Formats: sequence, structure tokens, C-alpha cells
Amino acid sequence: MSVELRDLRKAFGHVTALDDVSLTIAPGEFLALLGPSGSGKTTLLRVLAGLEFPDSGEVVIDNRSMHGVPARQRGVGFVFQHYALFRHMTVARNIAFGINVRPRHRRPKAREIRARVQSLLDLMEIGHLGQRYPEQISGGQRQRVALARALAIEPKLLLLDEPFGALDAKVRKNLRIWLRMLHDKMGLTSIFVTHDQTEAMEMADRIAVLRSGRIEEVGPPAKLYAEPASIFVHEFLGESVRFSGTVADGRMRVDALPDVGTATCSPSGPAVALIRPHEIGLLPGPGPARCERQETLGPLRRTRISVLDQAFDVLTPDGMWTPAVGQTCRLDLTRARVYPAADDRPG
Amino acid sequence: MNRRATQESPAARVALVTLTILLLLILLLLPLVVVFSEALMRGFGAMVDSLAETDSIAAIRLTMIVAAVTVPLNAVCGVAAAWCIGRFRFPGRGLLVTLIELPFSVSPVISGLVWVLLFGANGWLGPILNRAGMHIIFAVPGLILATTFVTFPFVARTLIPLMEHQGAAEEEAALTLGASGWQTFWRVTLPNIRWGLLYGVLLCNARAMGEFGAVAVVSGHIRGQTMTMPLQVEALFNDYDWVGAFTIAGLLSLLALATLAVKASLEWRIGQRSEALL
Repeated sequence: MSVELRDLRKAFGHVTALDDVSLTIAPGEFLALLGPSGSGKTTLLRVLAGLEFPDSGEVVIDNRSMHGVPARQRGVGFVFQHYALFRHMTVARNIAFGINVRPRHRRPKAREIRARVQSLLDLMEIGHLGQRYPEQISGGQRQRVALARALAIEPKLLLLDEPFGALDAKVRKNLRIWLRMLHDKMGLTSIFVTHDQTEAMEMADRIAVLRSGRIEEVGPPAKLYAEPASIFVHEFLGESVRFSGTVADGRMRVDALPDVGTATCSPSGPAVALIRPHEIGLLPGPGPARCERQETLGPLRRTRISVLDQAFDVLTPDGMWTPAVGQTCRLDLTRARVYPAADDRPG
Repeated sequence: MNRRATQESPAARVALVTLTILLLLILLLLPLVVVFSEALMRGFGAMVDSLAETDSIAAIRLTMIVAAVTVPLNAVCGVAAAWCIGRFRFPGRGLLVTLIELPFSVSPVISGLVWVLLFGANGWLGPILNRAGMHIIFAVPGLILATTFVTFPFVARTLIPLMEHQGAAEEEAALTLGASGWQTFWRVTLPNIRWGLLYGVLLCNARAMGEFGAVAVVSGHIRGQTMTMPLQVEALFNDYDWVGAFTIAGLLSLLALATLAVKASLEWRIGQRSEALL
């Protein structure tokens, strides 16, 4: 099922939650909406589900405009951040809810419903929990119940709001892999909201990075990580070390390191160079950089480098040359990405 | 001596506990005993006879009628108001909360007087309604209005914090699963607030049956017609009919005791539930 968002705008009073958001999601895709809190990602998800209505713009699901279509007629599965399980119903009745509220002529027989609930429970690997109440099961189990309940209405589109937010690290890791497999197995189109970049990188086919109600960039995780289009995306996805300087004649000069230059096609003027800790090269020789500390972390070595008033970590594979503590060295920043300083607005 | 800082000496503790129990006995238990012993002063037969008096039966009936109209009305309005306030943010929300609580802070006599000023023979709307043959003051509608006003906050006040705490997520989940507004209300909202609602209804009922001040103003004290149980108690007492007065008082006390028992078990139940949720 394809999803298309066209020029969506939504404001709550004076606060702009969505600012001209357009996005197309292909059938079968697993898309992550990633952004800091307040970036509008949850609002976007709620607009898709029909729980909020946009001030302008359009949501098209499966080539059908959702304008004026209420949440209950959209047939979209929604997994809430804190699961929102019906606390007074057993797990089985929670899952059956979406089927039980159908008009009588569209409702299967009680025995069929029971069988369907049981098969969903089995699919979620919680077959024995049907008669428990939500408060009697663990967080990870609740998450699975919420998912089963959403899937019971056989949605083609599944929306998940911070699905792993309330779980501890280990459960989260397992559920991630499992959910991704489930998505592939059931042929769903899924959109999930998260503020955790590792989660987005690990699970999604594509990531849409949101910032103050706008989509900053959309793309496959590897591309976003390797070639982020903006300072914000670079710093939001993974660690970044930042140098400020100036671009002139196609070369970036870093203020702190007068003898280091990086070729760039960025326009001339004040600029910011960003580089990942493992992309920084350490070269022997006298230079402005000084090694402060060093640790070996399994296959990697982490070297703490200070340059003038700046300090950062550099990761190098074990076996590469690194300065000894107290020794000076030169830096290789050829792999840095350069952005005009004007792009650097606070997020 | 091995005593914690917050602990009093044994003597002080015994003294405090004794004092508390003594006060409870004098202030709460003694009046209750007096009510029942006075009612039974001339024996069980006399008590039953006084209950069989037409005026007394009329008073009991009227109280039942007033409660039967007031309590469901306030339950429905209370749920609606609590839903509005607990679920939505809108201009004037704070004012609405204050208005709902108003009957608690206004003297019951004023609560009655308001209706007299509105619907009385010399009131704003009274003359028009009287001409149309509708009598509100010194009649049953007035009693119902006054009681409804006084008991309005109970249901809403119990439900607002509960609904705010529970949030709208479950209702939204029901909507995304295809439930209609009514289905959501009956299957999700109502079951979630049922204990709180019952609790509010109980308090509302106790007050509706026991209300004196507001009702006294609008009643007109027509025996056999506009006398509710609390008014009848006063009337019989002024007639030196001790057995009659205390018999009805005893009935009201029984109602209070039953309310207390159900309320305690509800509180225990709600407590259990919220503990289990933590």
C-alpha cells in the first residue's frame, strides 16, 4: 500500500508542528521518522492515522484521499507509545476488539474470532497469555499484544509511535529484529517514529529526518550516514567532530589548523567541516594536535586529541600508527564534509 | 533508649489513642445510638406504626423520587462534564471547573434561595410559569432542582482527575481499531471509569437523600406533599413526636451506614487496582 503526503501543515496554536511536509512511501517499505522531541514526528503519524487533521495538505493512502475520512474508517494499524491496551480486558479480548466492533454482517463467528486471536497470539510468541490482563504481563509482552491488536484488523499500513521507547535495552534489541522480520513476512508497509538513531539505522529501509516540523532529508540509512546533506543530519546521525573555518578557491581552511586543507565544492565563505571520529587520520610529525589519552576498545583504539581549545576522540583500527600520550601529531581531514556556515541554524 | 525520632513515648501514644477513640465515641457513635434508642423508645411496634403514617410514607416516597431523578441526571451530566474537561483543552476550561465546584462552596440555603428568586411567585420567571399552570417552587420540581444543584459536583469531581490521569490513548486506540464513538464510550471509556462513577453516584445519592438546607427553602413544608425525609424529621421533632422523628432519622442513618460500607469497599477496590497498576 502506497502512502503519499502532500504539503501537510499543522499548527497547535502558535506552535507549528508540521511545516509543508511532503513524502512518498512505497508499498512494502519500512520507513523511520527520526527527529528530536518536538520535531513533529508523532504529529505526522497521528495525521496519517486520522487522529489529528492537517490544517492544509493531503494524505493519500493507496491512491485514496483521506480527506474527511475518520480514523475508524482508515483501516490503519496503530501501535501507541505506551501501548494503550484496554486495561479492563484480557489480552485475548484486547486483540479481538477490532473484530468485535464490526457491524454484525461483517463480523466472523465467535469461534473464528477465537481462532484468529489464538493464531495472532502464536505469531507474537505469546500464545499462553490470552487470559491475562495487561497489568499482569511484562513490557515486552504488552508491546507484542499492542502489535497483535493492531494487526487483527488486517491493516496494510502499520504505524508505530516510539515502539520500543518504554523497554529496556536487551528486550528492545530482540524486538527490533523480530519486528523487522514480521514486517517482511506479512508484507506490511510500516512507518515508525523514533528519536533513537541506531534504532532507525538498524531497522528502516529509509529514514526521514525531521526538524521543527520539516523534513530535513530522506534516504536509505547508509546514504544518510555517509553523505548527509546538512549539518543537522550529520550531527543527528552518529557522532561528529566539528571544525569551523573558511572556504576559498575550492579549499576549506580550518581555523585551528592553518596547514590542513580539504578540497570542496562548497561555495566560498565561512564554513563548517564535519567528520566522523573514525574518518580522522593521525599522521606522525610535529603539529598542533596533541594526544591526551589512549584506550584500546577491542579492535579499535580511541585516542583523545586536543587542538587549541577543542578536544575530541579519534577511532583507529588496532595496528595503525597513533601518537603516544603527550606526543604531537598532524591531522588528516580529507574525509571531512564541508557545509556553508549559514546552514548552521539551531535545531 | 532505642526509640525513633518520630515516635512518641508509650504514655503519650496511649493518651492520644484514647483521646481519639473517646472523641469518636462521643461525636459519632453516641448520636447514632441515641437515634436508634429514641426510635425504639416505645418498642418496635410503635416504630413500625410511625413509619406507616401517611405523611411519613409520603416523605419517604418523595425522597426516593427526588433521588431517582437527581442521581441519574447528575451521573449523566457529571460524566459528560468530566469527559469534556478531562479530554479537551479549550478556552474557559478553568472557569468550567470552578463552576462545577461552585455548589460546594455556596451555602445550601443560598442554593435554594436562587431557585425561589428565579421561579418564586415574585421571582423573574415565576409569574409567567404560574400563569401557564406550572408550579416549581413549593412543589416537586423545585425540590429536584435544588437537590440537583447541590449534588452536581459529586460525580464530575470524582471523575475529572481519574479521566485526566487515564488519558485519551485507549479511546484513540479504539477509534483506530474501527470502533464508533458510542462503541468507544460503552466498551472503553465507561468500563475504565466504572468504579469512580459508582463512587461518585454513591456520594451524590447520599447527599440527595440527606439534603436539608436547600430543600427547606424551596419546599414550603406542605405535609404529605413537599416534605422529604430530612424535612419530615424536623417537622415531627417540632411536634414532639420523638418516635416518629427518630424513626425516620434512623432510616436516614441506616442509609448513611450502608453508603459508608459500600464506599469503604469501593475505596479498597480502587486502591487495589491502582496498586496493581504501579
